[in-house]
Amino acid sequence: MALKIIASQCTSCSACEPECPNVAIREKNGTFVIDPKKCTECIGHFDAPQCTAVCPVDDTCVIDTSYPRYQAPA
Amino acid sequence: MHALAQHEGASAGSVANVSEVMQAIAEHKGCGTSGGSGKASCGSAAGQGDLPTEIWEKVKNHPCYSEEAHHHYARMHVAVAPACNIQCNYCNRKYDCANESRPGVVSEKLTPEQAAKKVLAVASTIPQMTVLGIAGPGDPLANPEKTFKTFELISKTAPDIKLCLSTNGLTLPDHVDTIAGFNVDHVTITINMVDPEIGAKIYPWVFWKHKRYTGVEAAKLLTDRQLLGLEMLTERGILCKVNSVMIPGINDKHLVEVNKAVKSRGAFLHNIMPLISAPEHGTVFGLTGQRGPTAQELKALQDSCEGEMNMMRHCRQCRADAVGLLGEDRSAEFTTDKIMAMEVNYDLDSRKAYQAMVEEERVAKVAAKQEELTTLAGEQSDIKLLVAVATKGSGLINEHFGHAKEFQVYELSTAGAKFVGHRRVDLYCQGGYGDEDSLETVIRAINDCHAVFVAKIGGCPKGDLQKAGIDPVDQYAHEFIEKSAIAWFKAYLDKVNSGEIEHVERGDAEIRQGALITAA
Repeated sequence: MALKIIASQCTSCSACEPECPNVAIREKNGTFVIDPKKCTECIGHFDAPQCTAVCPVDDTCVIDTSYPRYQAPA
Repeated sequence: MHALAQHEGASAGSVANVSEVMQAIAEHKGCGTSGGSGKASCGSAAGQGDLPTEIWEKVKNHPCYSEEAHHHYARMHVAVAPACNIQCNYCNRKYDCANESRPGVVSEKLTPEQAAKKVLAVASTIPQMTVLGIAGPGDPLANPEKTFKTFELISKTAPDIKLCLSTNGLTLPDHVDTIAGFNVDHVTITINMVDPEIGAKIYPWVFWKHKRYTGVEAAKLLTDRQLLGLEMLTERGILCKVNSVMIPGINDKHLVEVNKAVKSRGAFLHNIMPLISAPEHGTVFGLTGQRGPTAQELKALQDSCEGEMNMMRHCRQCRADAVGLLGEDRSAEFTTDKIMAMEVNYDLDSRKAYQAMVEEERVAKVAAKQEELTTLAGEQSDIKLLVAVATKGSGLINEHFGHAKEFQVYELSTAGAKFVGHRRVDLYCQGGYGDEDSLETVIRAINDCHAVFVAKIGGCPKGDLQKAGIDPVDQYAHEFIEKSAIAWFKAYLDKVNSGEIEHVERGDAEIRQGALITAA
């Protein structure tokens, strides 16, 4: 139910942090991380996940398959 | 024009001021009103006439906005703005090498508070540092809070330092009033196209209002916002420089259109820069093998736009954390660790005293050039040639050939000496020179020049240069560049006229691309 940031690819540019509608992104050990408990994949907010849309490195903000996909509350 | 008309009408006494300002503006472009006046190579007459006193005051100490000033005054960038909102095919944000100098590259990011401390530390150490710019490494206006917080802190602690910023323009219209509020009077916008079809080949995407746009749609959005932002800034009297990256085969011919579009919207200066593109940079253009322009291609485009407006030719395409004169980079002296340990003594009076000394030096240099120019007054010749100069700054021939990291290039004609560019010759990122003969790379970089002026040169390179047809000149060591170049040119013409030598055209030269040569 969340996205994750591939740390080895993250340039730590911080572009994603202010775009997250859930304030789920923060800096940790020099790169940025997404709190899976807060991430909603931007469902209900925007057409596409904002971190993915603004990230300068392709395939860096990706769906974390270790969690089930986010379901919008009914 | 309007402001100048008011100025002229103010009183009889102000007329003298106007002519002084005109002279000063002419000097700023590297051409005296005696000698080269009226030539397109000195910038358009309209451009000079449009410049009121207050604009001259704004640019005269800004090394990026005044070629003449860049020999004397330094700038610094603080890397407080890491985020970007567009993707350019010539940029790769993952790349950072401390030895690599190009936009978008930094070694460490700073908080606004660290940046303010760094500015004070540099200002105390380098009294001729007059300008603080925010140029990334992302886009300053994609990080508005950090950018404006930095301006706020610096305007309080170091009010004499000019603030400027460099942006891709996407969000510029939203921030124009804030920019004006901080008295930022220099803004650079990177505009590589005004045709979205061409833009689509340069920009894969832009991020705008919570959505990623691609292709022609993205480029259309970007160009509309850039031109709107430019108009809004010039309406408010903020000086705008337009940077354009020359990408052969993509936008090289089109940049003439860009030049007209930005000129008509009031841009003050146009800076056409060569594409920096090497495979190891990991940029799209680097990986597709897109080449940059040769020295002649770049100069021809700059020359063709010069009739329209002032062209910047002294840009070093510096890093987003560069410190020092444009041709040098002292950023390694001012890392965060070193700054925090530094005793900062920001003394406005001693800075002013030092800058007054710089002004004296500058006036002496201009006077020497003017005097030398009179010796060319009666000369009739169509010969135009380039010479390279080894300099550490102050407008003097004061660098040894072997120590030069770059050569400044002047075009000589009966109109005088005109700065037309520079050539980097240092070899970055390779831990020594490898197989490459460093003298060969120097010769390739200045191959279009007839002579190279140096403070000193060894016998060996002297012979090799002569073999390559480049005259090594060390007789003007530690003298003013322009005065010496004019004197040398006069002697050259005399020799051509007497039949002692024959004037031959030189070939093209190579623009250095960082580590490209070792990779090739």
